[in-house]
Amino acid sequence: MILLSVYLFTRFLNLFSEYDLAVRLIKKLGIADIFDELAFYFKFPFVRYAIIVGVLIALCSSLLGVTLVLKRFSFIGDGLSHVAFGAMAVAAVAGLTNDMPFVLIVTVISAVLLLRTGQNAKIKGDAAVAMISVGALAIGYLLMNVFSKSANISGDVCTTLFGSTSILTLNKTKVWICIGLSAAVVALFMVFYNKIFAITFDESFAAATGTRVSLYNLILAVIIAAVIVLAMNLVGSLLISALVVFPALSSMRVFKTFRSVTVCSAVISILCALSGMLISILASTPVGSTIVVVDIAVFFVFYLIGFLKAGIKK
Amino acid sequence: MPLITCKDLSLGYDGKEILHGLGFEVCAGEYLCIVGENGSGKSTLMKTLLGLNQPFSGSVVLGEGLKKNEIGYLPQQTQIQRDFPASVLEIVLSGFCGVMGVKPFYTPAQKSAAVRNIERMGIPHLKNRCYRELSGGQQQRALLARALCATGKIILLDEPVSGLDSKATAEMYDIIERLNREDKITVIMISHDITAALKYATNILHIGGEIFFGKKEEYMESSVFSNSFGGEKV
Ligand SMILES: Nc1ncnc2c1ncn2[C@@H]1O[C@H](COP(=O)(O)OP(=O)(O)OP(=O)(O)O)[C@@H](O)[C@H]1O
Ligand SMILES: [Mg+2]
Repeated sequence: MILLSVYLFTRFLNLFSEYDLAVRLIKKLGIADIFDELAFYFKFPFVRYAIIVGVLIALCSSLLGVTLVLKRFSFIGDGLSHVAFGAMAVAAVAGLTNDMPFVLIVTVISAVLLLRTGQNAKIKGDAAVAMISVGALAIGYLLMNVFSKSANISGDVCTTLFGSTSILTLNKTKVWICIGLSAAVVALFMVFYNKIFAITFDESFAAATGTRVSLYNLILAVIIAAVIVLAMNLVGSLLISALVVFPALSSMRVFKTFRSVTVCSAVISILCALSGMLISILASTPVGSTIVVVDIAVFFVFYLIGFLKAGIKK
Repeated sequence: MPLITCKDLSLGYDGKEILHGLGFEVCAGEYLCIVGENGSGKSTLMKTLLGLNQPFSGSVVLGEGLKKNEIGYLPQQTQIQRDFPASVLEIVLSGFCGVMGVKPFYTPAQKSAAVRNIERMGIPHLKNRCYRELSGGQQQRALLARALCATGKIILLDEPVSGLDSKATAEMYDIIERLNREDKITVIMISHDITAALKYATNILHIGGEIFFGKKEEYMESSVFSNSFGGEKV
């Protein structure tokens, strides 16, 4: 299902790169202007990269979203993304050109620590998340301010926080890292799907009957961290939670089984990211926030559908 | 050799002891009821048997080749979010998770076994329904079906009838008894219902205050029983 949608999407992109055909088709439909403009943008490789990466990131984050929402870890995305922000600041200060591996390692470690505190610790899960999250944010901003050589600090910070234009400036290496990382996330999720369900639904039953819960929680933490680092490229660190949480919440309004909720939130997330990116290209709005706004709109639609469905049943 | 042997167990939380010097054993085919008042440590004991809690001292030894992933468990309460989307079948299948080890997917045999267990609980029509939309009794049966997927040998039940009406309670006891008699599954059950405990169990473990462990018949003669339930007509 997921692979199929990825496949269809690449086919769809191909169609656009043969844009002559597309333009001819669309001219007949009378909405040529918009599509002309899109076709124009699609001639640039960086726009195509951005779209591919965006869709992959949306897919990954929505897969994890269902589990995070159900485990009451909605905010872990926020906390981790602030850690990633801090790590990026450190990387920038240290003058690393490719900061992704470093940021990824730091985030993975924090994810493991945070998920561990969830079980039995002196400081409860949400408090730990809040502490690490604001701490990393403050330190990151401080570092950037004190050490940055760039003239436009607030612009840099804004970009890291809201993702604004960064998606359009991805270079080829980064695109390949993103593609590899998201392929790994999707593969891990599919392989561990049944275990993830078991430890999400009832962790103590799973542990009691011999499932290696701590191992799978660890794997989950690593996947989450990878998704966060990925998603920072798309929407920036302040908006990640939206990308993770909204598709899951939307599909939970309407669907009632774990599998259908997961599949549906993947589809929602991909479609929202796609339309969000297209809108942001046409209307030249910031990518991240546009995607999130589309996600919110879809949430209300699904809320309504769920509401009507419940009404009909009665 | 018994399936489970406990020696000199001392249990508690955060350094505070709630049970002390507890020893008992469970043999294959037995039906053990654990009784005791609220807060006496029954659930804690069960979690210790399952390896979810570490005892302060003493040991829990599994015998007769019983492996940790061959034990079924029905928790007292499952803290499941009100909005958790999951069908009964998905939940029952998750009972196989421990048996699978590192294998990622359920086999067709496991899938049909899950369906059989749902039928055994008398809820085949609820197979694809959403778990959270079931009644308490139906949920309890679904969770028992899940526990059966995890085991064919021994099942631990923590107050399986709490919150059920008298009809559902009777049916639940009936199902459990059949599992014990017909399928030869060893049962360890926590119960507040002393009448049912005395009706179905072969052995009784009484904890809290005085400790008693032995055959049901011995228990009914013992002073522990008359002190706790003396006024009650059984
Ligand atoms: N996680 C915990 N941390 C600290 N103390 C606990 C914890 N769980 C239980 N206790 C304490 O341990 C004691 C025994 O609890 P337990 O749940 O085992 O009782 P129980 O016999 O199952 O009671 P009930 O009949 O109400 O189910 C209680 O006094 C309880 O307050
Ligand atoms: Mg209890």
